[in-house]
Amino acid sequence: MAKRVAIVGTGQTYHKSKRLDVNGVELIHEAVARALEDTELTRDDIDLVIIGNMDHFEGINYVDMWSIDGSGGFMKPTIKLTTGGTTGSTLAIAGYHMVASGLFNKALVIGWEKNSESDTTAAINTAFDPIWDRLTFAGAIGALAVEASAYMDDYGITERDAARVVVRDRKNACNNPYAHLRKEVTIEEVLSSPMLCDPVKLLDMCPRSDGACAVIFASEDVAEKITDTPVWIWGTANRHLYSYINDVNFHGLQSLKNASMELYQKCGIKEPLKEIDVIELYQPYSFGGLLWLESMGLCKEGEAPKLVWDGVTDMDGELPVNPSGGVIATNPIGATGLIRCAEVARQMMGKAGEHQVPNVKIAISTGFGGCMWSDILLYGKDKPY
Amino acid sequence: MSEKEMELLTKGSGEAEQPFRYSVGRWGSKFLIELRDHKKLLGIRCPKCQKVYVPPRQVCSPCFQRMEELVELSDKGTLMAFTIIRFSFIDPETGITRPVPYGYGFIKLDGCDNSFQHFINIEDESKVKIGARVQAVFSEERKGNLMDIKYFEMIDD
Ligand SMILES: [Zn+2]
Repeated sequence: MAKRVAIVGTGQTYHKSKRLDVNGVELIHEAVARALEDTELTRDDIDLVIIGNMDHFEGINYVDMWSIDGSGGFMKPTIKLTTGGTTGSTLAIAGYHMVASGLFNKALVIGWEKNSESDTTAAINTAFDPIWDRLTFAGAIGALAVEASAYMDDYGITERDAARVVVRDRKNACNNPYAHLRKEVTIEEVLSSPMLCDPVKLLDMCPRSDGACAVIFASEDVAEKITDTPVWIWGTANRHLYSYINDVNFHGLQSLKNASMELYQKCGIKEPLKEIDVIELYQPYSFGGLLWLESMGLCKEGEAPKLVWDGVTDMDGELPVNPSGGVIATNPIGATGLIRCAEVARQMMGKAGEHQVPNVKIAISTGFGGCMWSDILLYGKDKPY
Repeated sequence: MSEKEMELLTKGSGEAEQPFRYSVGRWGSKFLIELRDHKKLLGIRCPKCQKVYVPPRQVCSPCFQRMEELVELSDKGTLMAFTIIRFSFIDPETGITRPVPYGYGFIKLDGCDNSFQHFINIEDESKVKIGARVQAVFSEERKGNLMDIKYFEMIDD
């Protein structure tokens, strides 16, 4: 029988477009030191290190070796994982799986990226098929813009609807000391920002950040000894679908739809909008903050703009989305999915400070990447059965 | 020197090149040779779910089934979704900044079940709409790669 698993502590770096004050290893160490401090554990207490990023952003291909000074992996089992944009959420799922196996008691999970070190879109292109995809492909921005074009055509969604999502997240980010972009924007500013790929404009899109995040997963045998506020993993699901971008059906995020349905069923969630208290959505662009809520079954297709305009997803709404400011404000890609997990944990532990949502009992974090792939995790304040 | 005043260095990777040569494979080669020699587009049909894919590949992923039956596709289709790329970035294939703007469309070729992604002609942006009929324009000189199609253009059909 699998062990129950909880998050017992988290640490993040301060995120910026360029952290020239630290190299990659030092950046990783900054997050790890904060996570250890948060749990009052030492490196000796850790019995597994799992680290991940996307190699092609830094061009360093053996990160588990290269990062060992900073990660604390010296003379410990160390595993490296990379799944594109979903890297951070895959890391969290792996931490859960490894500790649930009963073979490890305390896993230190680390995601990081130094996006300042290369051209992000060029690097993303190298993840796609050299014969069939790369000629026309323009990284995440191009692919997401194509998704947005289909969504607008299907339901009459407007650029103004999407801008409302940006306004929410950028406002929330002002209350998060770790966020990269901490300045409010208006709908008009979003709409008049430079067009990158129709209909996606500069302010609709996430930034590229330097940053790292570390999360400590512990088994039920030790979790409650480490913290009074363990954050229990109730379940996870993921869907990795296509390899060629040609094959993607852009009408709704199919991977997230399927993964969400599986997760709700596993965790006994019947009315997600009512039952979930917070979502940290891996939302690299504004339109995803609408369409993907529909894919998660929070409302009917085409109705997410109403949900967002009505304030349901605002800090004081029924279901706050991205209290941290989300990916639109902070995006060190290999860490991004794990930051969603860490932010949910901080909410549930009551450690979120200025962006704390009161009384969070059930929450979700997601990951997005690859060829329109999705990861999803559900957390509870109560120990699962 | 205090922390604030300290000079912080970076190191460039230099202009080094690391060229690759990728195998296109059996089915991909058939597609590109047919395109080069006869200006024809090929798809492949899954014997289990009957779906036709372009470009042809060995395995239908949902069925995990090997495919053998090549199907000739029309050079006409319908524009399912698109964008116009207006920001520039380094093209990892060439090492140079990719010229913008360019149209990037997902085209459902007649007789095919998935989409084909390629350049779309955006000279007259008012005609570029989801649902528009499009047709492939082939390059004069064809070399056995995807650039043997110049782009798809909007047609009245
Ligand atoms: Zn099939």
